[in-house]
Amino acid sequence: MSEDLEPRIEEQIAAWRTYVSRGAAIDVRDVDELEDHLRGQIDRLEVSGLAPDESFLIAVKRLGALDDLSREFAREHSDRLWKQLMFADAPDRPRGSRSLWLALGLAIGAALAIKAPALFGIEWAADGDFYARFGALLVLPFLAAFFLVDRRASPRTIAFVAVPFVLGAVVMAVYPFAPDGATLVLAALHLVVVLWLVIGIAYVGGAVRSSRARMDFIRFTGEWFVYFVLIALGGAVLIGLTVAVFASIGLDASRFVVDWVLPCGVAGAVVIAGWLVEAKQSVVENIAPVLTRLFTPLFTLLLLAFIVAGFLQGNLVESGGDVPEVFGQRDLLILFDIVLLVVLGLLLYALSARDGLAPPSWFDRLQLVMVAAALVVDIMVLVAMIGRIAEYGASPNKLASLGLNLILFANLAGAAWLQLRFLRRKTPFERLERWQTGWLPVYLVWAAIVVVVFPPAFQYV
Amino acid sequence: MKIGKDLVAAAATPMVLGILADGESYGYAILQRISELSDGELEWSDGMLYPLLHRLERLGHVEATWGVSPAGRPRKHYRLSSTGRAAFAEQRRQWSVVSAALQQVWTERDGGRAFAPDRGIAPGLGGA
Repeated sequence: MSEDLEPRIEEQIAAWRTYVSRGAAIDVRDVDELEDHLRGQIDRLEVSGLAPDESFLIAVKRLGALDDLSREFAREHSDRLWKQLMFADAPDRPRGSRSLWLALGLAIGAALAIKAPALFGIEWAADGDFYARFGALLVLPFLAAFFLVDRRASPRTIAFVAVPFVLGAVVMAVYPFAPDGATLVLAALHLVVVLWLVIGIAYVGGAVRSSRARMDFIRFTGEWFVYFVLIALGGAVLIGLTVAVFASIGLDASRFVVDWVLPCGVAGAVVIAGWLVEAKQSVVENIAPVLTRLFTPLFTLLLLAFIVAGFLQGNLVESGGDVPEVFGQRDLLILFDIVLLVVLGLLLYALSARDGLAPPSWFDRLQLVMVAAALVVDIMVLVAMIGRIAEYGASPNKLASLGLNLILFANLAGAAWLQLRFLRRKTPFERLERWQTGWLPVYLVWAAIVVVVFPPAFQYV
Repeated sequence: MKIGKDLVAAAATPMVLGILADGESYGYAILQRISELSDGELEWSDGMLYPLLHRLERLGHVEATWGVSPAGRPRKHYRLSSTGRAAFAEQRRQWSVVSAALQQVWTERDGGRAFAPDRGIAPGLGGA
């Protein structure tokens, strides 16, 4: 068929390639595909009698406005926006600095909000109960506001985000929790989960039904966590040096640090970490998936070792005779809840970073082993837990933990099944993604139940 | 006649699946085929086909392989998978229902004179 086109047209095609490649979500192979299309069109137009440069112009025009094309590709390949790019986009700068000022303002707002109760004599370090109730409610609205403003959310979305915050505040203010009550601790922890998922609504700009948008929010959560920990480490160094420097001239700065630097720093870092993820999203390779690759084999080994040890050592529930019980201690159960949550996190971040079209690899097989091992451990924990509930009766802690384990069990069982089918090429990768993103509302509902229903059900103990 | 944007978008997936049901093809050829089948009435801006093809690929409805064009350049070929075949059958059923219902509406309205073979569409429904 056609040879290379004349040099001038080849040059124009090369320039066009460079231009199209700037679309963050269009990768090299896509440009190849589009170029193939462009050349097909040019050939055809030339055959019908047009001059080469006319053919080129018409063919480019027929491909459609590049903005539209980039937007469509971005919608389809939003995961790519999280990868390292070949071209840094200069035109985005103004928006970037606008969101920086917005983030700074909101971070200061969060820092002030966390200290505002001091005006009423409520001290951060002394009034633990107060901050258990309202800590998250004082800080997280600023992060939600950041996304609502940054994405110019519709009034509908703003309402969807604001209402849970208000309801959460009402519940925490009205419920007569016992001092240091277990239900207070549970409600406070689960309220953070509820509010975080609600922030997700703001993050995706109200597109809560989209599995892709949910996956973006999961990515965001992982990256946010990494940035938050990094900021915290830097903050710890800063605090240590501050105390040391003032100590050298005979001043005790620790009081100031505890009362001001720590709470304000943590509150501000929540917002700043959110902004950092957004700002760096398309500049650096994500960190969470890298950590996932590192820790998946190690956690698989831990789970397998634990299963072996558990079966060798024997009894799971009762401590009878000289057989040591594996889950006799409450702390150990909690520890394994955390291990299972980490495993779920590893699974999520591996999925979120995977190219959906790549064929199954050794890492996907390893993941199946990890999920299967986690399932076995979850069953062991469930058996122990039901045993403990039968023996000592139900407590809010035990039921909250039981609910969490049942949800994890259902999730992991489905994940293992889909992973197996994926490895045998019976199901597309997209099903695995949709399975995981489908659980977000379940987590939201369960956490909301623990916040709203548990305290009255257990008389606020 | 210009076909509305929503209708073009709605028809895109069954159209592409249907064309691939006839055998493997690639982007430019698929658009050519659509243009032929619709006498040039069904028009996208060409680029929009590709995000759609990629979405179908992600959903597992089509499988893609890279080959070379006769001129020796890389060319991506698409083929219908078994789930794609099922999706196509399902879409086809849905469109048959819609199309049959529409036909009936028009037939009743025009006392059976609609859609005369010579394209003499009933008065009032003339092309824009």
